[in-house]
Amino acid sequence: MSLRRVVVTGLGAITPLGKTAPAYWEGLKAGVSGAAPITRFDATKFKTRFACEVKDYNPDDYFERKEGRKMDIFTQFGLIAADEAIQDANLEGVDKDRVGVIWGSGIGGLTSLQAECIAFANGDGTPRFNPFFIPKMIADSASGNISIKHKFRGPNFVTTSACASSSDSIISAFNYIRLNMADVMVTGGSEAAVTESGVGGFNALKAMSERNDAPELASRPYDKERDGFVLGEGAASLVLEEYEHAKARGAKIYAELIGGGMSADAYHITAPDPEGNGVVLVMQNALRDAGISPADVDYINTHGTSTPLGDGAEVKAIQKVFGEHAYDLNISSTKSMTGHLLGGAGAIEAVACILAMQHNIVPPTINHFTDDPELDPKLNFTFNKAQEREVNVAMSNTFGFGGHNTSVIFRKVRD
Amino acid sequence: MSEIAEKVKAIIIDKLGVEASEVTPEASFTNDLGADSLDTVELIMEFEKEFNVSIPDDQAENIGTVGQAISYLEEHAK
Repeated sequence: MSLRRVVVTGLGAITPLGKTAPAYWEGLKAGVSGAAPITRFDATKFKTRFACEVKDYNPDDYFERKEGRKMDIFTQFGLIAADEAIQDANLEGVDKDRVGVIWGSGIGGLTSLQAECIAFANGDGTPRFNPFFIPKMIADSASGNISIKHKFRGPNFVTTSACASSSDSIISAFNYIRLNMADVMVTGGSEAAVTESGVGGFNALKAMSERNDAPELASRPYDKERDGFVLGEGAASLVLEEYEHAKARGAKIYAELIGGGMSADAYHITAPDPEGNGVVLVMQNALRDAGISPADVDYINTHGTSTPLGDGAEVKAIQKVFGEHAYDLNISSTKSMTGHLLGGAGAIEAVACILAMQHNIVPPTINHFTDDPELDPKLNFTFNKAQEREVNVAMSNTFGFGGHNTSVIFRKVRD
Repeated sequence: MSEIAEKVKAIIIDKLGVEASEVTPEASFTNDLGADSLDTVELIMEFEKEFNVSIPDDQAENIGTVGQAISYLEEHAK
């Protein structure tokens, strides 16, 4: 059986840079930082007191109050991004039995879990858990709610692999269409972990930047003075569709999803393998699945979280896989602007890759001040300013705690 | 209207997202006010919390309208 071709026919995003996909792209292109002091809770006593929040977010702008309060904020973000992508793809008249939803979230409803546990701890021991608590908290409520709203009755579940979650959801959705188990898949991912437990938990891991005096300069992948990631929140969504199905209904086609790779570090639960062996493997797997050679790739949107260890390991792996062609690549980490959306990272970065191809502009790695002597200066990290470039093939890398590595490759569509 | 009735109405308006004019004594949570089974459970829990009572499941099953909730709570609230 030959595999069917899969294209992208809809995009949506709600991010720290903007609350629609076009607004997100404007922010990326301009090199804007989404970081600012935390507004969601009083962070006075926390080591990190800033994050990349979705600005001026008010659920009442999107949901009836009764509907909104039954969903955790990560599900709200998911529905907002998915609604935009579904509308963009104009799925009117498509057979809804053949449309599925595979979403990604690393954590799920952390805000809801925290609130219910606090309420119980403050009580007299009588269990008064809200009946909506479990359906709000569980990570799959995002894909469930998207399907309920739009009546999509195809395959439906959520992938969880920490910060690789929504790249894994994209690959799963890709495979279901390739294997003829669905014609259209709404995919993507969301996260909303800017809570006391989220920030406190990542602080305890010593994973986050503590540059409280200059939040907008804190996410600085590949800079010598990088000191950890900046927590982000939000969601992005892609509508994937079988190529002939998309052509037959005259859909707008952004790009073709040509390959996906997965691997595990099998090394440590939070630390990256310093040699980047799992990362070498995942990029090789993705290139093989796509049937292209390393020299075909123009742009890599890296995982590049701005941690001292992780950034170097990924760059080392890119040089192993791409050899001399590594110098011809544009490399950038858009996390320098959006912060790290954890389980939503793969989705917003896939959207960045697709828009980079559409506009032939590579979004930058902002906040570069000091070269890291450990990194090869001949590599082009697209520092500080977007670059015009014909982007025919773009690769997006994401890696998660647990040692999960995932890489997806998009190409401009051609017959 | 009693203070209890006022509070019951306020909880229903808040949790079910309905207009005050819809919250009549005869209004059924499920048939008239758009509640599903989980909404009903949440309402009972809110009544318990607000009025410091414990409503056993077999009695909660008999609270299906606004009026039934008010009567029950006027009788049992501490």
